[in-house]
Amino acid sequence: MKELVIVSGKGGTGKTTLAASFAALSNDKVMADCDVDAADLHLLLKPNILKTEKFISSQVAVIDQESCLACDICRNVCRFDAISEDYVVNPMDCEGCRFCERMCPIEAIHMEKQENGRWHIAETEFGPMVFAQLGVAEENSGQLVSLVRKEAQKLAKENNLNYIIIDGPPGVGCPVNSAITGAQLAVIVTEPTMSGIHDLMRILELTRQFRVPALVIVNKFDLNLENTKEIKSYCQKQQVEVVGEIPFDPGVIEALKAGEILVRFSGDGKVSEIVADIWKRVFNRLQLI
Amino acid sequence: MVISVASGKGGTGKTTIAVNLALALSNTQYLDCDVEEPNGHIFLKPDITKRVSVTLPYPRVNYDKCDFCGDCAKICEYGAIAVVKNQVLIFDDLCHSCGSCVMLCPQKAIYEVPQEIGIIEIGEGKGVLFAHGILKLGSTRAHPLVQEVKKYSDVSKTIIIDAPPGTSCPVVEAVKNADFCLLVTEPTPFGLNDLKLAVEMTREIGVPFGIVINRSDGKDSIIFDYARAENIPILLKIPMEREIAEAYSRGISLVESDDNYREVFRKLFADIQGRVGL
Amino acid sequence: MNIAVSAAGDSLDDQVDGRFGRCPFFVFVESESMAYKAVPNPGAGAMGGAATKAAQVLAESNVDIVLTGSVGPNAERSLNALGVEVVTDASGTTVREAVSNFLDKK
Repeated sequence: MKELVIVSGKGGTGKTTLAASFAALSNDKVMADCDVDAADLHLLLKPNILKTEKFISSQVAVIDQESCLACDICRNVCRFDAISEDYVVNPMDCEGCRFCERMCPIEAIHMEKQENGRWHIAETEFGPMVFAQLGVAEENSGQLVSLVRKEAQKLAKENNLNYIIIDGPPGVGCPVNSAITGAQLAVIVTEPTMSGIHDLMRILELTRQFRVPALVIVNKFDLNLENTKEIKSYCQKQQVEVVGEIPFDPGVIEALKAGEILVRFSGDGKVSEIVADIWKRVFNRLQLI
Repeated sequence: MVISVASGKGGTGKTTIAVNLALALSNTQYLDCDVEEPNGHIFLKPDITKRVSVTLPYPRVNYDKCDFCGDCAKICEYGAIAVVKNQVLIFDDLCHSCGSCVMLCPQKAIYEVPQEIGIIEIGEGKGVLFAHGILKLGSTRAHPLVQEVKKYSDVSKTIIIDAPPGTSCPVVEAVKNADFCLLVTEPTPFGLNDLKLAVEMTREIGVPFGIVINRSDGKDSIIFDYARAENIPILLKIPMEREIAEAYSRGISLVESDDNYREVFRKLFADIQGRVGL
Repeated sequence: MNIAVSAAGDSLDDQVDGRFGRCPFFVFVESESMAYKAVPNPGAGAMGGAATKAAQVLAESNVDIVLTGSVGPNAERSLNALGVEVVTDASGTTVREAVSNFLDKK
């Protein structure tokens, strides 16, 4: 079983739009939306949800106001400034370490588990899908990402499917680490902007750290031909293959606004062909690993 | 006054809005809290005058005192310690630096060492006071780094905070305690979906907010309908124009390529001031 | 030899649960006699770092091999330090089958 993960460094370069097209163009796979902070893939794949589970991964301290002695020990040990002057724990700041609970001289503190999000197993026109949404202001998104991946792996085994395509999160932090670790191939979607180039370098370095081979796709490449050239030259020096260049096309936004997957959108021709071509190449590289 | 610029979705234009606001107004400071992928420096081109290493304390074991009782592994809520045979393994990437193991080790065999989680660079660019944080690759501690960047706030200035994308912990840290929050979105299903998450977050934090629509198509009904139903003001629309996208790609801000935008962002600021009551 | 299997239940006829950190049980099997003992996995309900907690359970028994579906880098590090061999193709079988498949291959 092989996992392909789509990342970008910079947000908004077109990961999800591309992931949806890849879903429509491929067989024999499970789709996993690992952008649990802002899950969007389901808006295009329109899944039929079969099962929903709560994601409980953190706990917060709760202080019993009636017994509290106001001795300040809890406030002194808390390194996250989560306890107010009147001894109320702010659940947004509490990191669940239990230090205060253990140090409270009269055991007036207990921990409460928090529902941090939800995850779903679903069926789509293009096969099974796992996706999730983290609650707002939550931490532990890396864990939810890992969970989504593990469930996708389970689904793949159960259904005898050989591939998992992961729509990854933006950035280079914890959730991205969890999305790329152990994957067979990463596709980095970038754009020819100064910001895009800057972020491409960081995400590429991260894939190196995790020893995941990477391919690069330049989206909206004709927005700035000079920058595209710079990206290609940089990739060549880094010995990373640029596996496709997609032109800037208002038709792409039209498809998105219509809630349609690009390669199935009747209004567009050229970009769909290019994306289909790119998928053939990506899949070919994936098979070779 | 502190204005934070956030969005549920990545790539909607937070940095564009934040940078242009900082350039259009006088006496401003720009804080880039998108510590995973800071981009503000591309537009403000600051001269960096100071570089600070940000560290957090991580536990290490003094084997002269350790008796491998395993209490530390049991105490650690994050699974960052494993006691195996005659070794104590510490997993820095799981550690939250809470200090529990240090205090609670019966033999007092654990001490802490500082490890760098990122750096902060401070300077000035185009008349704007500047600071940004850069998270060390592989580190998971964006939240504390954002906290550190905010410590460089100069309250004598109008502070514009460029938040990371999303609605998780580090974003909350960037937005909280601001006087006003601008939520940047785009008129697509993704933009709306993620805007709803951002609105939920900002309401929970309790900071007043308004919407900025980037890459507007003029009508933006998908956003407009939602904003009207939720009684959220749309404070600014930046049109979808190829020229704007091209200038952005070259690291050129709106107010520099088109002087009219200076007035646009000043008006936005005046609008915010009115809403905050200043 | 002593084999640990990450499992969905507490007997030899329960299915293997491939998630090393979050499986509900570890079933410890002595390969010659097929005598077994099941231990609940503290990683299953853990907030974070489940894999390290799971590895800790293995550290407290005398295990030579663990049969599971997947282990991440942190679990790998702990298990390597323990000198426990990790086999990651056991998913989709019962505990009993996973053990006999493994012994057949040896």
